[in-house]
Amino acid sequence: MAYEAEIKIVETDVLILGGGMSGCGAAVEAAYWAKPLGLKVTLVDKAALDRAGAVAMGLSAINTYLGMSGRGTYGQWTPADFVRYARTDLMGLLRDDLIFDVGRHVDGTVHLFEEWGLPMWKDENGKYIREGPWQIMINGESYKVIVAEAAKNALGLENIYERVCISHLIPDPNDANRVCGAVGFSVREDKFYVFKAKAIICAMGGAVHVFRPRSQGEGLGRSWYAPWNAGTTYALMMQMGAEMTQMDVRFIPARYKDAYGPVGAWFLLFKSKATNAFGEEYMVTRKEELSKFEPYASMKPLPTCLRNHAMMIEIKEGKAPILMRTPEAIAALAESVPDEKERAKKFKELEAEAWEDFLDMTISQAILWAAENIEPEKEPSEIMPSEPVFIGSHSGSAGAWVCGPSDLMPAEYKDAFPAQYNRMTTVLGLFTCGDGAGASSHKFSSGSFTEGRIAAKAACRFASEVCADYKPEISEDQVMKYREEVYKPFAIFEQFKGATTDPDINPNYIRPHMFMFRLQKIMDEYAGGWANGYVTSDKMLERGLLKIQFLKEDSEKLAAETLHELQRAWENVHRMWMAEAHLRGLLAKKETRYPGYYYKADYPDLDEANKKFTNVRFNPQSGEWEVIERPFIALVD
Amino acid sequence: MPSFVNPEKCDGCKALDKTACQYICPNDLMVLDKEIEKAYNQEPDMCWECYSCVKICPQQAIEVSGYKDFVPLGASVIPMRGTDAIMWTVKFRNGMVKRFKFPIRTTPEGSIRVFEGKPDAKAEDITNELLFGEPDILEVEQLPTL
Ligand SMILES: Cc1cc2nc3c(=O)[nH]c(=O)nc-3n(C[C@H](O)[C@H](O)[C@H](O)COP(=O)(O)OP(=O)(O)OC[C@H]3O[C@@H](n4cnc5c(N)ncnc54)[C@H](O)[C@@H]3O)c2cc1C
Ligand code: SF4
Ligand code: SF4
Repeated sequence: MAYEAEIKIVETDVLILGGGMSGCGAAVEAAYWAKPLGLKVTLVDKAALDRAGAVAMGLSAINTYLGMSGRGTYGQWTPADFVRYARTDLMGLLRDDLIFDVGRHVDGTVHLFEEWGLPMWKDENGKYIREGPWQIMINGESYKVIVAEAAKNALGLENIYERVCISHLIPDPNDANRVCGAVGFSVREDKFYVFKAKAIICAMGGAVHVFRPRSQGEGLGRSWYAPWNAGTTYALMMQMGAEMTQMDVRFIPARYKDAYGPVGAWFLLFKSKATNAFGEEYMVTRKEELSKFEPYASMKPLPTCLRNHAMMIEIKEGKAPILMRTPEAIAALAESVPDEKERAKKFKELEAEAWEDFLDMTISQAILWAAENIEPEKEPSEIMPSEPVFIGSHSGSAGAWVCGPSDLMPAEYKDAFPAQYNRMTTVLGLFTCGDGAGASSHKFSSGSFTEGRIAAKAACRFASEVCADYKPEISEDQVMKYREEVYKPFAIFEQFKGATTDPDINPNYIRPHMFMFRLQKIMDEYAGGWANGYVTSDKMLERGLLKIQFLKEDSEKLAAETLHELQRAWENVHRMWMAEAHLRGLLAKKETRYPGYYYKADYPDLDEANKKFTNVRFNPQSGEWEVIERPFIALVD
Repeated sequence: MPSFVNPEKCDGCKALDKTACQYICPNDLMVLDKEIEKAYNQEPDMCWECYSCVKICPQQAIEVSGYKDFVPLGASVIPMRGTDAIMWTVKFRNGMVKRFKFPIRTTPEGSIRVFEGKPDAKAEDITNELLFGEPDILEVEQLPTL
């Protein structure tokens, strides 16, 4: 019987959960400081590090590079410039201290990547070729493989557990607001893992498939965001009682329709334009409508959500399909080369660059182009806003309210934290980074790795200072209880499978796949998914919460037949937690600050006079949720 | 279905204790059918078409068939990943073929030594804001602050 899985107890000092970009950054940095401090560091991932996380396929650009030393073909930005850029894109409301901190460290990370073997595009003077002001181009098919190799080399394979799916964090039995371990199960064998640790870095990415994707057949898995990131980072921190911020701030990527190929290179590198079906450049013709959202509508670059907003108005008025004008862009670039022979060469180069962009990061889009006989230099392609996703490192900002660095964090934020350690949440010993740290977007791959490093150094410090004599205590009794809980979906399946002739149709339980569909339907219809044009309201959100309560009760009846399905069961429980927090975050927000991400029909305007953070927190003692307001404090004007 | 296995080519990774495709899939989709010793995708509608399994298969037995809810039949995109470059063959529905080759790495596989040639960590530095390798790797004299 699987629920008698062998129990493996691993004692460590610093535990890193997730080996994606930020987890690998944490691994490198923690390994470095662990040596003189005599600490043990352990990393766990549910997949294989080489391809785990959102960067599995590779990337074609590093999106965050300041070039402080002048290594970029242009743009020698300061961390303060970076704050202005990120904060503008998120409609003026982010944590300046956290963004500044990522900005001042990120260049070092990129230089390490190059040293390790990541191929960078360079000009004739050896400067990194910029895609746009903040981005640099790479040949990034093996980006994650290289970063994973560095993490493995730094940490040692003996300290890395792959294919162990983390399901719960464990509170300290003597201090409910302190974390002392995590549990998970092997997805390959009947082994149940208990990790005891002094400091834990929760870095398991963002969340997708909380909302219903546009494609629901085979294409269900082709969400823009990697389907394996299920909101575990957020769910586990919330269950511990961590205060969360900007849980309303989802991201709606507007990408090539259906396969979600990236548009960054087309807009920034190839200087392409997008128009409606009638050739009108909607970013120009819709200027007037955007002015409702001043001062942000006049800022440069125009915030991502406002660009979405303009596109959504077009779609609503029947002016779709929206088209990326690829032929004109390629022609303009080729024409800038006067010599005919050179021009033909340039044309070939541009064609290869266009395809590489997809082949390095969204291969499905290359398949779609080939299947529809699309040659981008000859015909335009359709673009479209996707389903909402949660990715705090990108152009959304949901995540935990974390402590900033001692030299930057405003004094007003200090009392939220039980101790002042950079990137520690409001729970003692619990750190996060990458998609997990809220109100600090635009970290992207390089910034997430960097924030992992920041969190890891602080976690090592915490483990050696605060925890010198601390020993995480988890009783045998507790271990058995967690094991029973984790494998409960097996027990339920075994108990009831004989009640019907088809194990998929059974009134006694719900299988994870159907559970996910139910969640997606609730969120799509009540919380402003694509079906409703991203519109919601307090009344709809309240209704959604009611439906989520039923789902929560039914989560006790999840059934699983295999270890693979058990992983799905827990992933979907984590998605459900993310969904509830999103509903509550949206409810707490009495304005439409992010048109193009979501619209609150009952509060359609921006309320700039009341600009503040509306945080939410689940209280694990009472089971109640609370809203906590925190001031916005600008450190950079 | 998204990733699919050619039964003529798949040898079930006989020589290894675990199959390469099962080892690598970030979403735990590839499994071995023990009876016929061939791999298959156990949950195709959760496949991201990330090609990790395709690139790693030693027999080139895995390909991708574009999601049928929006991709017309007849195209294929096939990689050959070497140690320092990747070759792509893109076949269009209308028969046109395009080939591309891109670098993937500038150092030999397995050669990364993260801390070699870098100063050792000192316990007393744990309290400052400087990360491993800084300020040198930042190429600025001092870590910026406000
Ligand atoms: C489609 C797309 C395109 C992007 N393009 C770019 C770009 O061009 N340039 C750029 O710089 N950035 C880009 N990004 C952003 C970049 O990928 C992210 O910022 C970065 O990956 C975030 O790092 P992370 O560590 O938070 O999450 P991830 O890198 O996703 O890592 C999360 C890790 O957690 C593991 N995990 C999840 N659940 C569990 C569990 N229960 N137990 C154990 N482990 C678990 C996963 O296996 C994974 O390894 C893109 C992102 C996406 C989605
Ligand atoms: S990696 Fe290739 S050969 Fe090995 S089991 Fe998978 S499909 Fe078969
Ligand atoms: S393409 Fe990616 S997600 Fe799909 S089966 Fe292969 S490795 Fe898994």
